[in-house]
Amino acid sequence: MSKFMSTTSDTTINEEKISRPLYILSALVEDKPGVLFRVTNLFRARNFNIESITVGSTEQVDLSRMTITTKSDEKTLDQLVKQLRKLIDVVEVKVLDTDKTVYRELALIKMKADTPTSRMDITSFASIFRANILDIGKETIIVELTGTPDKIDAFKNLVDHYGITQLARTGVSALPRGTEV
Amino acid sequence: MVEMTGAKALICALEKEGVEVVFGLPGGANLPIYDALVDASILRHILVRHEQSAAHMADGYARIKRKAGVCFATSGPGATNLITGIATAYADSSPMVAVTGQVPLAMIGKDAFQETDIIGVANPCTKYAFQPRTANEIPETVKKSFYIAESGRPGPVLIDIPKDVQQEKADMDFPELIKIRGYNPIIEADLSYIGKAVEILLKAERPIIMAGGGVILSGAFSELQALSELLMIPVVTTFKGKGAFSENHPLAVGPIGMHGHAEANKIILEADCIVAVGARFSDRSVGRFEEFGKGMSIIHMDVDPAEIGKNKSVDVAVIGDVKSSLRTLVKMIPRNIVKKDANDPWLKRRKELIDYYAETIKDYSRDITAKKALKKLRELLPTSAIATTEVGQCQMWASLHFDVISPGTFFSSTGLGTMGFGFPASIGAKAARPQVPVVDIAGDGSFNMTENSLAVSVIDNLPVIVFLMNNYMLGMVAQWQRTFYNRRYMGVHQNRCPDYSKIAEAYGAQGIRVQSSEELEKAIRLGLKSEVATVIDIPIDPEEDVYPFVAPGTGLKDMITGA
Repeated sequence: MSKFMSTTSDTTINEEKISRPLYILSALVEDKPGVLFRVTNLFRARNFNIESITVGSTEQVDLSRMTITTKSDEKTLDQLVKQLRKLIDVVEVKVLDTDKTVYRELALIKMKADTPTSRMDITSFASIFRANILDIGKETIIVELTGTPDKIDAFKNLVDHYGITQLARTGVSALPRGTEV
Repeated sequence: MVEMTGAKALICALEKEGVEVVFGLPGGANLPIYDALVDASILRHILVRHEQSAAHMADGYARIKRKAGVCFATSGPGATNLITGIATAYADSSPMVAVTGQVPLAMIGKDAFQETDIIGVANPCTKYAFQPRTANEIPETVKKSFYIAESGRPGPVLIDIPKDVQQEKADMDFPELIKIRGYNPIIEADLSYIGKAVEILLKAERPIIMAGGGVILSGAFSELQALSELLMIPVVTTFKGKGAFSENHPLAVGPIGMHGHAEANKIILEADCIVAVGARFSDRSVGRFEEFGKGMSIIHMDVDPAEIGKNKSVDVAVIGDVKSSLRTLVKMIPRNIVKKDANDPWLKRRKELIDYYAETIKDYSRDITAKKALKKLRELLPTSAIATTEVGQCQMWASLHFDVISPGTFFSSTGLGTMGFGFPASIGAKAARPQVPVVDIAGDGSFNMTENSLAVSVIDNLPVIVFLMNNYMLGMVAQWQRTFYNRRYMGVHQNRCPDYSKIAEAYGAQGIRVQSSEELEKAIRLGLKSEVATVIDIPIDPEEDVYPFVAPGTGLKDMITGA
């Protein structure tokens, strides 16, 4: 496992770096009702703090992948992994090495853009961040941005003063690079 | 393949698992199961008077048999009443399969009458909770439930069956083998770690074994004794581990912890190496985690990987069933080692501490005290007798003054600390081993909570002795109010209500109130001969405290001996 500390400033765009120690756990779980409840209930009962959790289908029909990010210390992380492994519906848990992992999050950000200048600014920021404009109205603009949580934070900070009216983030999805499984 | 209803399949599957007795109470949502019970050939049903007791009885039965105890309840309040007993079993890693009725599938989520989301409620206190949605899932579900409950670190499993699934007819296939891909409880201990443990042990000058409940759960009594005797290592136990090692063995020191033996609390702090076997370093056992075990090598043997490093970082972890790990460990110790004799300073220290505290901690001068009563009980009971306890002062006195001679004959709610556990658990234990005397070491506060199980004891012919040390107080709470709240009593007085011998008589049991130590002796003898349950009501001084005492949040070194 690797803890990643980045010294980059908030506005730097560096997709492979995150600005605080973050662990990414990848778990394969049975694809059946109640599994997400069991996992999240475990976190609550044992006082584990998590940053994000995503669940979705995998290459195997009866398995889902959960990607969990947490900023716990190593001792807590060790317990988190062991307690997750104890759950009967959890088939496999791995702590991904952030250096050998690709991980992405998607964010939808709705901002106030009621002047030509603000629309111009946001559009140009979006293009620098390789974000897509999904919707432009007279009052607002919706941007779709994919990247590491850090990149999304950076964009958010950049456009904050235009007035973010709504924000939806998906949480992190991750896969190890190359032949690692 | 045989066609039958879900309820019938449940009964068949339970019988195939070798279940002989179920403790339960019927209601609207499990009527089909009770209807199927009418035709059961092997299963004996014991009707309880409250579902909590059904779970405790199944728990008591399980702790003796070392296989899952089974209890039944209906949906809603029946199921929620079971929960205290299920949580008790979970905290003490006791195997159990609880079967609840549920409202019909189509009614689930509609807030139907007597509907509870029992899967959600049970989640934090079960190893797993199933809800079969079709009848043909039932045989496999039962098989999986027993496998999960009994393997690895044991624990309770719940099966919640909607009423229409119980009634549904289907072709049933009873699998012999099942596999659960996310559950691999059988771990072979890593030999290299056992080797390291041996290395540390051989170097240690003052080694100590701390035996926990895991030794009892896996029945590793002779293996533990072999290790202790081979290297002449003194043995302390946790409270849950009381009875893992015979307490009259020349190397025994007794239980450690909040109300452990003074010599045990003292000696463990003087050790340079601790072998924790099937123990989890609970706060009640070791006090403050950070303080405990400083400067000592710690070897931790446990079946549950998640226990390693949870409360205490250790030097060597041996993960696996402690019975087989201990066996391997003993084999790996060279046979040419120089064996310590009674002149070894560490063994002399053990003797010295025991003698010192025997001299220092005096008993009250009254004719009947908890200590004297329990010593008398021990003297009159055969060593094969089984003792359960309630929770509170009575439990801690039992820990201090009732020596367990034959391993695996003492059971208590040590993790959850459930008042009302001891009596129904003693009935369950009696059902499991009817040929030996079973005693519930009780206090009045706890006995009050499940005393209606007297009906079960009498009607189902499961005579046990309730050894009721009665101070008409919630004694442990009163002791804490005396010690930490400047004697400002609140909510602890039972005001001489009820009369327990009359309660016993009302149920058709034998009730004896004793006034002297001679009467107590007579009453115990009567209880042992009795064909019905016997409640021995023993008045004790409400001001009698339990000592030694390690106050919560402090370390073992801060023990108050009361001397």
